[in-house]
Amino acid sequence: MSNKAPFSINFLGIRRVFAALSIILVIGSIGLLATQGLNLGMDFTGGTSVVAKGENEVIIDDVRSALEGTPFEEATVVRYGSPRDISIRVPTLNDMPADQVGPRLTEVVESKLPGLKVLQVEFVGPQVGDELRDESGLALLMALGLMLVYVWFRFTNKFGVATVVALLHDVIIVLGLFSLTRWTFDLTVLAAVLALIGYSLNDSIVVADRIRENFRDTRETDAEKIINGSLNETLSRTINTSFTTLLVLIALFFFGGEVMRAFSEALLVGIAVGTYSSIYVVTNMLFLMKVDKQDFIIPEKKEVDDMP
Amino acid sequence: MTRYPRWKFFLLMAVLFVCGLYALPNLFPDAPAVQISSAKAGGEVSDSASQRVLRQLDQAGLQHGPGEHIDGGSWLVRFSDNDSQLRARELLAGSLGDEYVVALNLAPTTPGWLRAIGASPMNLGLDLRGGVHFLLQVDMDAVVNQRMEAWAGQIKLALKNEGIRYRDVRQDGQQLRVQFANSEDADSARTLLRNALPEFSLDSDPEQRVLVFNLNPTALKDMQDYAVDQNRTALNNRVNELGVAEPVVQRQGADRIVVQLPGVQDAAQARRILGRTATLEFRLVNQDYPASRAATGVAPPGTEIFPFRGQGDRPVILDRAKIATGDEVTNAQMGFDPQNGTPQVNVSLDSAGARRMQRVTSQNVGNPMAVLFIETKTEMRSRTNENGETEQVPVSTTDRYVINVATIQDTLGSRFRITGLDSPAEASELALLLRAGSLAAPVTIIEERTIGPSLGAENIEAGLKSMALGMVLVLVFMLVWYKVFGIFANVALVGNLLIIVGIMSLIPGATLTLPGIAGIVLTVGMAVDANVLIYERIREELKKGVRPRQAIDEGYAKAFSTILDANITTMIVAVILFSAGTGSVQGFAVTLFIGILSSMFTAIVGTRAMVEMVYGRGARPPAKLSI
Repeated sequence: MSNKAPFSINFLGIRRVFAALSIILVIGSIGLLATQGLNLGMDFTGGTSVVAKGENEVIIDDVRSALEGTPFEEATVVRYGSPRDISIRVPTLNDMPADQVGPRLTEVVESKLPGLKVLQVEFVGPQVGDELRDESGLALLMALGLMLVYVWFRFTNKFGVATVVALLHDVIIVLGLFSLTRWTFDLTVLAAVLALIGYSLNDSIVVADRIRENFRDTRETDAEKIINGSLNETLSRTINTSFTTLLVLIALFFFGGEVMRAFSEALLVGIAVGTYSSIYVVTNMLFLMKVDKQDFIIPEKKEVDDMP
Repeated sequence: MTRYPRWKFFLLMAVLFVCGLYALPNLFPDAPAVQISSAKAGGEVSDSASQRVLRQLDQAGLQHGPGEHIDGGSWLVRFSDNDSQLRARELLAGSLGDEYVVALNLAPTTPGWLRAIGASPMNLGLDLRGGVHFLLQVDMDAVVNQRMEAWAGQIKLALKNEGIRYRDVRQDGQQLRVQFANSEDADSARTLLRNALPEFSLDSDPEQRVLVFNLNPTALKDMQDYAVDQNRTALNNRVNELGVAEPVVQRQGADRIVVQLPGVQDAAQARRILGRTATLEFRLVNQDYPASRAATGVAPPGTEIFPFRGQGDRPVILDRAKIATGDEVTNAQMGFDPQNGTPQVNVSLDSAGARRMQRVTSQNVGNPMAVLFIETKTEMRSRTNENGETEQVPVSTTDRYVINVATIQDTLGSRFRITGLDSPAEASELALLLRAGSLAAPVTIIEERTIGPSLGAENIEAGLKSMALGMVLVLVFMLVWYKVFGIFANVALVGNLLIIVGIMSLIPGATLTLPGIAGIVLTVGMAVDANVLIYERIREELKKGVRPRQAIDEGYAKAFSTILDANITTMIVAVILFSAGTGSVQGFAVTLFIGILSSMFTAIVGTRAMVEMVYGRGARPPAKLSI
């Protein structure tokens, strides 16, 4: 493949369409997050969940009716991976000591539904949930903050802003998707979002680096041509890396079991969005800020500063 | 190999060799085993006991290994399958009795020479091996209140001994307020107490005739540290009594303790034993007042009134002074009264307790002595806070009741027995709690995760499957897209995996969890990024007409800063995740971090070495690259 012709796609021809799309997606996501928020998992809300396995397929409605008349009527019953596995989630109850819910729920499930065996009990006290939620929010902000600092050192203003906007774009859209679909947002999904933060910035940096390099090295003065050329040059890299990462995520999605499903979902979407944003959001931002050759003239270092 | 520094080859070889060596033990699956240890702390398993065990196993027809001594004075027998392991435990737990603790364990099958260099398999998290995880909250308010009460008593006693009259000693949070009738008394009390309680700062209000003792923050912290550490020790002892192999009991933060019990399936028993605070006190039954005084409910000075268990209408007046407490018990075993077959606990006291017991009993032969049972129960109760939100708070209640009153027949020494217990089960649990020591403060479970062993095995399988599939997909893609250079990247990828596993096995504290496996899978996908960057650069250079050797140089040089960027950002994220997450998510951060570091090494140094070996050796530079 060494003699393959270089890509010559006119990325920028339809950049306005994508700009509009990005703006709509981001505003929509923020709206969703503001109005209905995230469907936080037990790690963050506190509560008790039980995973049980039956000898044959478990009918969800059977489980629901078995729980009727017990203190666990409010429980959420969902399938957990295979048709033989179910997960029952109970919020923190007001009239039962929180640490007693697990044992009592296990007793109810195993006595009322013969054949079902409880494999996993998880209980998170409300105070632990609150703390984890605060810590996780803080971790998310800290990760974004540190990325900002890193980019600040790494780039001139315009490029820094462009990559950070792309980063926020990716994170907001993934969170928006979790809000829209009501997929459970738990600690492993948070891990995925943090991993995405690292990944998305990396992707944008590769593109931004090349644009910067080309602004410095070529005689071409038309920003649009330089940027379009840079996108074409990095395209195979951009696609290849995303593709290999998508390959392993698909493996995780199909074979990683129930625990890893939400994790791989978040990253699958995140990496698709991240790849797109490194091409379109970064460049759109650069145009918006009217980047030109002047931004890349390396300033001569002043030996003496202005201090008296 | 002229152009490439020789030391880099050696470094590469050395790293791969060491990591490969330490990754090896992971290929040897653990064998199911039963571990037997002495119930006494520091006790050993005697040869006669181990011989007896082997004979019993033979009689039961169970296939077993020869048995071996392991660290910590325990003794272990291996089995070929889980079924015989479970049957053996049931058999031995019944026949060995109270003296020994029988636990299920997994014995490493790592060859001796690997163990000799300290190589061992990776630690697996509870989500992979099954078990119970508890997070316990130590009730600090109870600790503070208890100590404040003791200090209030100390102040009262000191004032009484000096004949200083006070009106009232009141506890208000971390403050003790002593009220006097007149300022002279307040002044003399101030002189007396100024240096007596270094844990407090002393304020006085002459107008109000009040002395105010405020607990110092350092004293508070010391007190809490002591309570948590004491609890940790007691919990550790209890966990050992339960017969759990490789338990983890760790302090977390200011007032929490993590308990992890791998392989435990009966969470109910574990939670009951962990949370109990039962202890005993031995006291004399007061003889100065008629027993009928007890019914009034008002205790005469120097005494306290307690109910007799099961006989609520027969309260007993006991002296306030304790002869001995549960903390002074060095050993306790369940047994049966030879005369009537009722359960009892045989107790041994330490020297201080024994001395007091001897002195008091020798002076009180013919008088009754009582065993007082004390248990604090903590429950989470809902209440509405000032913001109108419902929250759950721990509420402790302490039960104290007399379980037994017996006439002292003779002087007692360090050993005696306690009767009056309901059932053998109660006797055996009390014996266990007395052996393990009491908790300095009540605890509540605020987080629990129980994972059945079969689910753990499923998780391992899921992790390995997705890793294998992801790996194969990436290998095929790289081979198809980059040909010979793809092979270099693939070899580097396998080397990368070896290094990750080697380092995870080398670091004693590192634990592999299911998200940890996901971290490795993800680094497999991301590790080739470095190679993609380099190779795409080389291709570009070639397209520009640069000669192959130079293209290689340029490719590696120009891609380096971009690779560094990519990896630094991900490493920052991994560090944040590690500090914010808990348990299994931390496992993800760990493998991600290690994976990023090792992938940089293999993808840059490793592939370069291979490129040089293939394209850099000939006398003439290569005309074409397979990329």
